[in-house]
Amino acid sequence: MTCLPTHTERKLGLVIDLDTCVGCHGCATSCKEWNTGGYSAPLSDTDPYGADPDGAWLNRIHSYEVGDGADSRTVHFPRSCLHCETPDCVTVCPTGASFKRAEDGIVLVDPDLCIGCKLCSWACAYGAREYDPSHGVMKKCTLCVDRIYNEHLAPEDRVPACVRACPTGARHFGDLGDPDSDVSKLVAERGGFDLLGAFGYKPVNKYLPPRERRDARTVATDKTPQKQKIAAPTTAIESLFSWVDRALSR
Amino acid sequence: MQDRATAKTSTSSARTSEPDAHGVVLSENPADRIEKTTCYMCACRCGINVYLKDGKVRYIDGNRDHPVNKGVLCGKGSAGIMQHYSPARLKAPLKRVGPRGSGEFKEISWEEALQTATDWLGKVRAEDPKKLAFFTGRDQSQSLTGWWAIKYGTPNYAAHGGFCSVNMAAAGLYTFGGSFWEFGEPDWDHAKFFMLFGVAEDHSSNPIKIGLGKLKANGAKIVSVNPVRTGYNAVADEWVGIRPGTDGAFVGALIHELLRTQRIDIDYLVRYTNAPWLVIEAPGAADHGMFVRDEKGNALAFDKRSGALVPAEGPDVVPQLSGPVKLPDGRTAIPVFQKMAERYLGEEYSPERAEKECGVPAATIRRYADEMAKVAFEQTITLDVPWTDIHGRRHEKMVGRPVAMHAMRGISAHSNGFQTCRLIHILQILLGSIDCPGGFRYKPPYPKEIAPRLKPTGKPGQVKAGEPLPGPHLGFPTSPADLLIDAAHTPQRIDKAYSWDAPLAAHGLMHMVITNAALGDPYPIDTLFMYMANMSWNSSMNIRDTLKYLTDKNPETGEYKIPRIIYSDAYYSEMVPYADLILPDTTYLERWDCISMLDRPISEPDAACDAIRHPVIEPDRDVRGFQSVLLDLGARLKLPGLVKEDGSPQFPGGYADYLVNHERAPGIGPLAGWRGNGDSFGKGAPNPDQLNRYIANGGFHAHHLPPSQRYFKHANKEYLDWAASVGFRAADAKMTFQLYCEPLQAFRLAAEGHGPVQPPESHRERIAKYFDPLPFWYQPFEGTMVDTDKFPMHAITQRPMHMYHSWGSQNAWLRQITGQNRLYMSRARGKELGIADDDWVWISSYLGRVRCQVRLMDGVNDQTAWTWNAIGKRKGAWGLSNDAPEATRGFLLNHLISELLPAKGGGYRYSNSDPITGQAAWYDLRVHIEKASPEAIEQSEPRFEPFDDPIGRGHPDVIAYGAEFKRARR
Repeated sequence: MTCLPTHTERKLGLVIDLDTCVGCHGCATSCKEWNTGGYSAPLSDTDPYGADPDGAWLNRIHSYEVGDGADSRTVHFPRSCLHCETPDCVTVCPTGASFKRAEDGIVLVDPDLCIGCKLCSWACAYGAREYDPSHGVMKKCTLCVDRIYNEHLAPEDRVPACVRACPTGARHFGDLGDPDSDVSKLVAERGGFDLLGAFGYKPVNKYLPPRERRDARTVATDKTPQKQKIAAPTTAIESLFSWVDRALSR
Repeated sequence: MQDRATAKTSTSSARTSEPDAHGVVLSENPADRIEKTTCYMCACRCGINVYLKDGKVRYIDGNRDHPVNKGVLCGKGSAGIMQHYSPARLKAPLKRVGPRGSGEFKEISWEEALQTATDWLGKVRAEDPKKLAFFTGRDQSQSLTGWWAIKYGTPNYAAHGGFCSVNMAAAGLYTFGGSFWEFGEPDWDHAKFFMLFGVAEDHSSNPIKIGLGKLKANGAKIVSVNPVRTGYNAVADEWVGIRPGTDGAFVGALIHELLRTQRIDIDYLVRYTNAPWLVIEAPGAADHGMFVRDEKGNALAFDKRSGALVPAEGPDVVPQLSGPVKLPDGRTAIPVFQKMAERYLGEEYSPERAEKECGVPAATIRRYADEMAKVAFEQTITLDVPWTDIHGRRHEKMVGRPVAMHAMRGISAHSNGFQTCRLIHILQILLGSIDCPGGFRYKPPYPKEIAPRLKPTGKPGQVKAGEPLPGPHLGFPTSPADLLIDAAHTPQRIDKAYSWDAPLAAHGLMHMVITNAALGDPYPIDTLFMYMANMSWNSSMNIRDTLKYLTDKNPETGEYKIPRIIYSDAYYSEMVPYADLILPDTTYLERWDCISMLDRPISEPDAACDAIRHPVIEPDRDVRGFQSVLLDLGARLKLPGLVKEDGSPQFPGGYADYLVNHERAPGIGPLAGWRGNGDSFGKGAPNPDQLNRYIANGGFHAHHLPPSQRYFKHANKEYLDWAASVGFRAADAKMTFQLYCEPLQAFRLAAEGHGPVQPPESHRERIAKYFDPLPFWYQPFEGTMVDTDKFPMHAITQRPMHMYHSWGSQNAWLRQITGQNRLYMSRARGKELGIADDDWVWISSYLGRVRCQVRLMDGVNDQTAWTWNAIGKRKGAWGLSNDAPEATRGFLLNHLISELLPAKGGGYRYSNSDPITGQAAWYDLRVHIEKASPEAIEQSEPRFEPFDDPIGRGHPDVIAYGAEFKRARR
């Protein structure tokens, strides 16, 4: 069993906006591209050009249809480790390979200690861990721990690769333990929520729900007096022309 | 958004390049060097930073300074490593040794390859240059390839626009001098209402995504009009699941409503459009429907103040917009505005009528018109930026109508696409929302003259053995006299562009070249030379017959009907096995390229921009950039402009040499930045240091416009004077928006029996009907020519956001996201047809049938089935194993789409294209779907013989890309 820190100095994590994500997979492939050469290198791909290509991805996008009729909508849902405050995936680890960093709360797997027993992937309610069969160890989102403090990168680039890439700006990174941080304010403003919060793992990452749609139910149709000025269709042309004449002689 | 707090030094974790107890290295240098170049994972052309470590690509991210992507990068661009190292890359020049289509090749030297090509092309040029058909695909070097083809002397040149989006480009350029995507974009920063029509997700990929993010952040309303609710459509406030091909009916009804409720920008119409221009009303006369003009050719309006006919484009005209005007010759004329009002206020454009066609409830159409009008006229945007109009009048503010629109493939890929796109532009113009704050914005060098002055070249007598063509291939006809036909109406081009079949074919018809060449219609050719277009597979309609045409032999000579095929590609695509000589191209990280102002630039509305690609990694194969090869071939052929007076190559340094030293006109070259001594933009002497300046600046150049030039560019004196000074436009170019398109009327008059150049009897009715100077909606052709009881459904394709054509679906990472396409259809339709999720079905058209697997969904128009484009692959191609799902279960709808329409009276078969532009009508397809009987092997049909593997690549069992970086770390 592996112990969790009693307290983390910060709670670094992601805020993912489901209202803005268009499901382009930019965050998924940029994650793969950075991390296949990063702390968890490699993120192997088996049978890459064959019948059943399969690889380790630390971030995956799922597109769902939810609701019926007028409420039916498509939601793009990016899924990665939520860096929970009380994750079972760490405590279940028999070797200490899975651990949560006391300084920033990032949950990592030390590949040198991991024996590939997969207990952590069974323990994770979010399916966020990825076993790399060719490497024989578990891989997971590192929150790009090798980017966010990296002095070789420009300060504005010291964010996870997924946040750096996201074309719609649907991904945000920051300290969710600090109520004054931009991400905490965003969560408060937009009603950010915990994924499967009832499970009690206290995920650090938050999701922002789709905004209320402005459609037939919420947009008032025109009832302005101007309509009364409009003639019946048979004289619509004359009416238009006389309006134009008036407008032009203003 | 980035939280700055995270950049603070953490007390407990010293920033270090040494591993901690868990091997975490917080601050390792990810690159030995970072090179900035241009992405080519789709057509979007974003700026990228390529991180190189130990001679390999470690990482690619977006260039924050770049005008297109501003630092972000999409799913394709971020998978570039797998594209660069793809096992499908060609390794060396190949000569075909087996029969066409077998894939049996032998490797040859570049010298042999170039000499072979020179021998073939030299003979054709000396005898009859039109026997070379040179068509380039999705390349971005058309100003070079077109210039080369001019010097060679063949009239048969175009790129892929004819099967992509020429309807959009042509409709825009004939209407307002710009167009969607490359020539303009929505004002993402100011728009409050945004309507998105039928967008293919790889065009303007990141700009649209960035823009949607801005609209969301600003609280703008987004309405998407698309038969399918995926991608962008999913985040819209409202999704309008329109029936394919009926957008014109929908837009026409919006126009109807705006006119009916008298909410149009009448001042804007008077100032910037031909609404006041007078149209001659003399049915039967040779000038009926043409504009009333003075002796200098100026179009006239009736000025109410002076009570006289005056040049309509003059200052301070108070025009009459309705009512007949008596002309000095006693005839009558009517203002354009009246003709428009009469058409669109007619019952056939009522929302009720539109509902019957497009399936959108009339009440919804009314509501959208109301919402648009409210935003346009009650929520105007005012920028405190003074500007001066073309008449020299100073305006203190820029006032905008913040209704923006964007449209693309779903509009263009129909046989009514040109007129539908014109309808969308009319809607924008009625709202006053072209190039105003919050509306649609031009990107320099646009706007251009309406229509551009350029005319096509290739008339009889213009093509001569051993001589260059006297002008450019592609242009913008304004009357039948501009067509490329002979006295017997015979098309002069192999694709029949600029013939009566497709008079305004501004991008050519690449999709017809193979069929026409094999059938010898209008004439046989000797050599087909193509670049970067998978024309034996996902870029052609009717694949089975296309393959037949590529392999058919002349029974008398035993020679192939298309005797020689030269092809250049970087990858082993399905087209490779059908060519005789393969010139292997590089990957995008190994090449020089130019995103030129002369071609398809990457400007943004506030800046004129162009860019380069430069080699950031050396090829490990015997391959060469196609553009350098083309220059080499040109020199070997001694083409004028490609050799010096002593006969030596003009550009011995290849494409890089050309980019710097070629001048299209004095001082104007492929790249606009850092000309002369490095200080000149647009015009200036060649600067030997120019490419270094581009590289030092991140691979691009941006000339920023001052605020006073940023809007109303079509009428902004300061902007237009500057644009003329840098060669973007002629100083006397006319920029008045053409609501009523007189060139179309010129064609219609010819069809009605007027003028020296008239269509043959067989074409008169068609020209008279579709060349309507006011846009109108009509049923797409296929639905009017096949039995729609038998083929009741529509079928369309779209591209996954994470793939670009067949390039993306071979990528080891991207194919894990989508390795098999399904046929998607609505749950309701599935229930009606007894089809459940995962069932195998036959989807049939009048041409053929395809077996594929179904996925049911809610977010799709009930009468429509769709699938992802270009996933299906042929066994043996693209470095995939023969049991890859792309080859066993993937499929293409191309097998169902005929390149020719069914024969009509007289037996003539028109191409399956827009009758005005020749744009391929991919999305007109009508189908029948039925459950397939279970078979032992669940795989798609039709299937074709696997190709031989000419590059001996084998298939790795595992990729562990990046492990080497970790080893190096240790």
